[in-house]
Amino acid sequence: MPVEYIERIREKYETLGYGAYQWVFNADTPPWHPLSKPLSECRLGLVASGGIYVSRQVAFHYRDDTSLLAIPMDVPTSELRATHFAYDLTDARQDPNVVFPIDTLRGLVGEGVIGSLAANAYTFMGGIYSSRRVQEELAPRVTECLSAEEVDAVLFVPA
Amino acid sequence: MTSALDITQAVNPPRAAFLDYPLGHTTGKPHQPVLQRDILLAALAGFSSLIAPGTVNMLPFKWSDDRAWQETAQRGPDDRRPRYATPQYQHEEDRGRAEAHASTAQSGG
Repeated sequence: MPVEYIERIREKYETLGYGAYQWVFNADTPPWHPLSKPLSECRLGLVASGGIYVSRQVAFHYRDDTSLLAIPMDVPTSELRATHFAYDLTDARQDPNVVFPIDTLRGLVGEGVIGSLAANAYTFMGGIYSSRRVQEELAPRVTECLSAEEVDAVLFVPA
Repeated sequence: MTSALDITQAVNPPRAAFLDYPLGHTTGKPHQPVLQRDILLAALAGFSSLIAPGTVNMLPFKWSDDRAWQETAQRGPDDRRPRYATPQYQHEEDRGRAEAHASTAQSGG
């Protein structure tokens, strides 16, 4: 059985004397847009919340950081960094592809499985406690960036 | 993609691919490009194979033969780091590079 993270976090909060976390529950049927063409003809976007930045960029902080970074899809993998307060960073710092599959995606474009990639991937630090701030501050910027990139589909990778 | 099935089912996105790996490995194990490729191919297949909104594609990969990591993730110690409000660099030299980059951008208008 998969790990029950909602229960796990409820127990942690109770131990710390915090009130219960208000998870986002979307009961409505989600919106649906079938792909209009094969993936091999699509421009794919990538959004990742594992705290990935490039070594010349200002790193994320750990207290409700709603900033969004654009990372060129042709970035040298050796310049990628990982920072996050809530998961074990050991492997992401050895190989960012475990939470930011940049080399994997570039390889699949080379093979013709994916048509092309957007010019930039977009990253943030997913440990933002306020779902209202995600909805009002972060999500609209993500949508705006992806629209400007004219992507056909997007891969979202949390960590 | 997701490695937290219950949270994803609560959010209820149009399409999802669940990989039953420890957090921090949503797209594979480090330095295993063949596995990383297999995982991503299986996830991307959902763009054509999933035909009903809200479906989670359960990927057939296992982290290990035993359930030790799941036990630790469910009941182990709280290993989260303090929520500092200042940039948390992986390397101290990144801070210098970021500050140099910012000042170059400012002086360049």
